[in-house]
Order: sequence, then structure tokens, then C-alpha cells
Amino acid sequence: MSSPCRNPERRVDTLRLPAIVLVTWLAIGANEASAQHAPPAPDADRGPNAVSVSGLFPGGSAPPPPDPIGQRFEGNKEAIADGKELFGQMNCSGCHFNGGGGMGPALMSGHWRYGGQIDQIYSSIAQGRPNGMPSWQGSLVPSMIWELAAYVKSLPETAPASPTVVPGTDIKP
Amino acid sequence: MPSKNYAATRYSAMDEINGANVKNLQVAFTFSTGVNHGQEAAPIVVNNTMYIVTPYPNIVFALDLAKPGAPMKWSYQPRPATASQGVACCDVVNRGAAYSDGKVFFNTLDDNTIALDAETGKELWKTKLGDINTGETITMAPLVVKGKVLVGDSGGELGVRGWLTALDVNTGKIVWRAYATGPDKDVLIGPGFHSFYPSDNGTDLGVKTWPTDAWKTGGGTMWGWIAYDPDLNLIYSGTANPGPWNQEQRPGDNKWTTTLFARDPDTGAAKWALQYNPHDEHDYDGINEQILVDMTVDGKPRKVLLHPDRNGHLYVVDRESGEIVSAKPYGYVNSILQIDLKTGRPVMNPDKLTKLGTVVRDICPTASGLKDWNPSAFSPVTGLMYIPHENLCMDWKNVQVSYIAGTPFVGAEVVTKAGPGGNRGQFTAWDPVEGKAVWTIKEDLPLWSGAMATAGGLVFYGTMDGWFKAVDAKTGELKWQFKTGSGIIGQPVAYRGPDGHEYVAILSGVGGWAGAIVSGDLDPRDPTGALGFNGVMADLKAKTAPGGTLYVFSLPKS
Repeated sequence: MSSPCRNPERRVDTLRLPAIVLVTWLAIGANEASAQHAPPAPDADRGPNAVSVSGLFPGGSAPPPPDPIGQRFEGNKEAIADGKELFGQMNCSGCHFNGGGGMGPALMSGHWRYGGQIDQIYSSIAQGRPNGMPSWQGSLVPSMIWELAAYVKSLPETAPASPTVVPGTDIKP
Repeated sequence: MPSKNYAATRYSAMDEINGANVKNLQVAFTFSTGVNHGQEAAPIVVNNTMYIVTPYPNIVFALDLAKPGAPMKWSYQPRPATASQGVACCDVVNRGAAYSDGKVFFNTLDDNTIALDAETGKELWKTKLGDINTGETITMAPLVVKGKVLVGDSGGELGVRGWLTALDVNTGKIVWRAYATGPDKDVLIGPGFHSFYPSDNGTDLGVKTWPTDAWKTGGGTMWGWIAYDPDLNLIYSGTANPGPWNQEQRPGDNKWTTTLFARDPDTGAAKWALQYNPHDEHDYDGINEQILVDMTVDGKPRKVLLHPDRNGHLYVVDRESGEIVSAKPYGYVNSILQIDLKTGRPVMNPDKLTKLGTVVRDICPTASGLKDWNPSAFSPVTGLMYIPHENLCMDWKNVQVSYIAGTPFVGAEVVTKAGPGGNRGQFTAWDPVEGKAVWTIKEDLPLWSGAMATAGGLVFYGTMDGWFKAVDAKTGELKWQFKTGSGIIGQPVAYRGPDGHEYVAILSGVGGWAGAIVSGDLDPRDPTGALGFNGVMADLKAKTAPGGTLYVFSLPKS
């Protein structure tokens, strides 16, 4: 069911992981050791330094600068592919499906309740959000959350231009 | 109670509004609930007061029908946990309240049952019955039987272990709880249990018909309807789908999911069970309504219940023994070849069984069934059952899923599509004695509203683009319709107002599983969204917008 982890930045401290995630990680990361890439510094071992969810900055203050880790993950094909896999394995797809939403909001629409920058998406996944988004920071390590954020961030860009028309069945009444 | 009576007929004996004058029906008053999600509740009327429960945040409104314009008498805000919205599978709906002995009972999405003083709205007791962190929610309308409030849970898409619980009406204390899976002592199966069919008898089948421990996350929730026969002292309710949807992860019959139970309301003890869909592969929950009627079968009077199952068959079941009298398809079905009356089990079509990694195409009916939760009505005058339902098929692919508490436990990728003929909905008048449709109305959109029949020879229902309709009970001829502000997925009711006249009420506000694309602002470019409903409902966003308004109709004052 799973393929080797593609992203060389996947850094997992197994001691910090709950059992259920550890099982998943061992399954998907079994071949990671064979990855030959050298990890670029700094390690993706933390979330963004500072995130603002609001677009209002009183008194002329400025939004926090984009986090350099996030900038490396954004648009990174390997990270997006690994994030997509995690998106299924962590049951994110059970709520958001392939981006169209269901129990959770659509993620392919380009409308973001809590911000569409990769560090804002990271924060939504890590902290959870009050209207039903679970908090994953106790279950996933930062590199996994960055991968998920990279995948989620990519969804509007890869979405089809128009609604998928589902033809009715060919069966005759 | 939302079902009108314990037999759940949804038949009103009032006839002031009838086929001759219904064309004059007009709005008497409206009321905004302020909540723009799927309005599935039935307004209930007691002592000149109307009680409404909204979708999450489950506000209860009492309206004073004795005053002009029916002003608010009181409102009550339970303020459920906001996070509960994230574990509700199919919009944040609520199917209504129940009244008994001066109290109003209702459930909240975050698993509380609450009793209010019907006169003042004061909270009398509040009992927590479940945990949103295991995926449990409550959406059903409770039923009060013999001093007990009966409540069941939702969450069959999150690996919840289903249950039905009885609470004391005065204290809110739990009197009994019957689980749908697990050992007999948890299911309340004891010496008095005897099912009609051999495969529904045995010891601890709620454990043995599952892989090790899978029953603990096996679903079988009870989010639908309960009926009660006071003479037999039995309550009837069905359980929902097994979890996960991917059947390959749970070999066995998966008892007691998709199962009709007859239970003693005093103790919860099961008298018999009938598993509609052993080892369900298609999400065919067994929670749809049971309408209790006495009818003549082969010259003999029988006490039966009528149950239009998600699997597309209209079950006529002997409500004393659990024997299936007949089970015929009330629309297009190809996933099941027939119901074997010797075993009580469906004979499955091997071509429509689901497989890992393979898309099985054109399974009919779809996951939400030939009919979902929205209740039918039965008129003793015509002898017909009025079934608002769907005509949808699906493509289904199993995918491996891991159980993570509080997250979806589904394991299937589904794309729903219009059924044969292209009409996604259908309204069928069904003769349960003959086992055939008498007339049908094709509807473009799936029907997600309930039905109500009246002695005025009319049947009322609503459509997902907002039309509230009255049709002739004998012929199906459209007699009147009114366009409400949003799509209708609620339950029509009729009541006698303080002025002695007949009124008809409906909540308008689209949502629910089929309407989540509008109420949840989902993206139609992903047809798998909303458990496969997004694609087939892509046009709904262009036909209606979210809403939440009560409409009450009456004839002009002469």
C-alpha cells in the first residue's frame, strides 16, 4: 500500500511518536535509509517561527516573514508526494477527500479560512482549528506536518478548471 | 414526537386542508432559525406551542402559537463543543425533539441529551452519553416510551461502536444501554432472545462474526427511527453500517450491524433480531423508519412493520416473530438479486461486490441507499405507503484504512451518479399488501425530505431546490406547491392551531449528506467529496443557497 518516503528531509524521532503513527511511519519509511540525498540545513525539525492567521496588522505592523523551512517545502515535488501519502494514511482524506471536502472544508477551492500560506496551513494542521479540525501536533512530527502542508498548499494549483460532471449510469430503466 | 405516533405513520387525521382547497394554501407565518445548515428536524406542537431544534449549535426555540405571528416564547442554547462539527459525517444535522409530561427532550451534536421545562425552557437535566474524541455524535430525534428517553448515537463513518440508550425522563440517569456489537451481555441478548432466522441466533455473535477485536470499532450506530408497539411492549429500531466501509478488513457477518432489533423498552432486552445486510459491502445502514401497521396477508391478519431499507427493498416484517413476510424492491436495485425468505438474507449480485484497488462500476443503489433517513408516511385511508427516495448508483473502490480514534474510518472511494432514467429522486406510493408501486413521481434532485399524509387526501414533501409540494394521495397529481427560501430536507407536520384550524409546517434549509455541497460550501471539482456525493450534486449550488427558515401554511381566514 505504500511506497518509500521520497523526501530526504523526513526526520523522525521515533521516541516522540504515538504507537499508531509509528506503525504508519515504519511502513512508509522502511526504505528511507537507502535515500542518498544529503539533508539541506536547517532540518525540518520544528514548525514555523511565527504565524499570523489574521490579515489585520494594527498600527502599521507587518506580517511575520515566511519561514525558511516552509519555503523549502512549498512546491517541493517529493514533499508533496509524501504529503499526499500521509494525507491518506492519517485519514485526512476521510474528511477532505481529494480536496473537495466533506466533513471538513474544501482544500482545492483557493479559499482559506485560516490562511493559505504554507506556514499558516502548517499551523492549522498542528494546532487544529475550533470548528472541527483536529490538532495533530501530538501525533505527527514537524517534518510530516510540513509535507502535509506542502500537499494541501498544492491542491488549488492542481485542481481542474471546472466541475467534474459525473455522467449518470448507462443502465436503462 | 416527530413520527406523529408510536406506529410512526406520519398520518394526520385532519382534513380541513384537502384536494379541493389546497390551492388556496398560504403562508401563515415564518421564523428564521439563524442557522444555515441542513434542517432535518420536525417541528413538534404541544399545548399551543411549537418546538424546533436547529442543526448545530442545536438551539431550541419555543414559539407561542396562541399569539399573532407566533412570537418566541423562549429559546435555549446548549452551546455544544465547537469541535463536534469535525466528527459529524454528513452535515451537522438534528432530527428534532420529543415531548412528554411537560418536558422537551433533545440531543446535541456533542453527545448530550437534555430535558427542558416545556413551559419555561429551563434546563431540568443534561446527561453526557458519548465522546467526540472517539468520533461519537448524536443527530437523531429521541423517543419517549414508558418513562424513558431512548437515544442512539451517530458515527458509523468514524469506527464508533453503536448503541441505543434509555434514560429516566425525570432524572436523566441511564437505565440501560444496548450496544450493537460485542458480547451478548453488552448487546442485551439473553435467554428471552429468539430470532426467526438461524443465522440471527447464536452466542456472542457480536464478537464471533468479526476479526479479533474489530467489533470494538465496528459501527452499528443508531441514528434513525424507533417505533413502539404498546400491546407487544416492544420497541423497534435498526442499526447502521459496519465500519470500515472497506469490507475486506472485516470478514464475517459483522453482527449486529444493519440489524433490526425488537427490544423490551423496560430493560432493553432483545427479543429478536433480523440482520438486513450481513457483511454489508455498500454502506446500507438499517436505520430507516419502521411503520407499524396491521394488515391482511394471505387472508390472515398480521401485525407487521414496513421498512424501506437502504438496500432498496421494502421489508414487510412480522413484528411479533421477526419473520420477513415479503421484501420487494421499490426502485432500481442491482447489488442484490433478491431477498431469500428462507434465510432472511439478501442474495448478492457477485458483479457488484467491492474489491481492494478495483473500481466496481454502477452499483445500484448508491451508499446512501435507494432511500436514506428521510421518513415515509402511511395513510390508513388509502392503505398506501408514501416513500420519498433516491434513484442513484455509484462506482466504488476499496482502499486500506487504519483506525485512528476520532478520524474517519471508511476505506472506500465512492463516486455517486444518477440512476437509470437520469432522475436522481423519486416519490413512490407503495401498496404493501400487493407489494407494488401504485404511482411514482420522478424528481430531478434526490429526495431528502420526509413525507406526511393527511385525511384531506394529500401527501406533503419537499425538494432539495426548495419546493414544498402537496400531491393527491390516490393519484400523485400535484395539487399545490410553494417555493421556500432554501432546499427542503425536513419533516412536514400538520397541527390544529389554537383557532381550531389546520396548519402545515416545514423547515427549509438545505444540507445533510446530499446537500452538504451547499451547506458546507464544498468543491464540486472533486466528485469523491462528501463520501461521493459531490459530483452528482454539483448543480445544487446553482439551484439553492443555505438557509434555515420555518414556514407555516394555512387556508385564508374566511
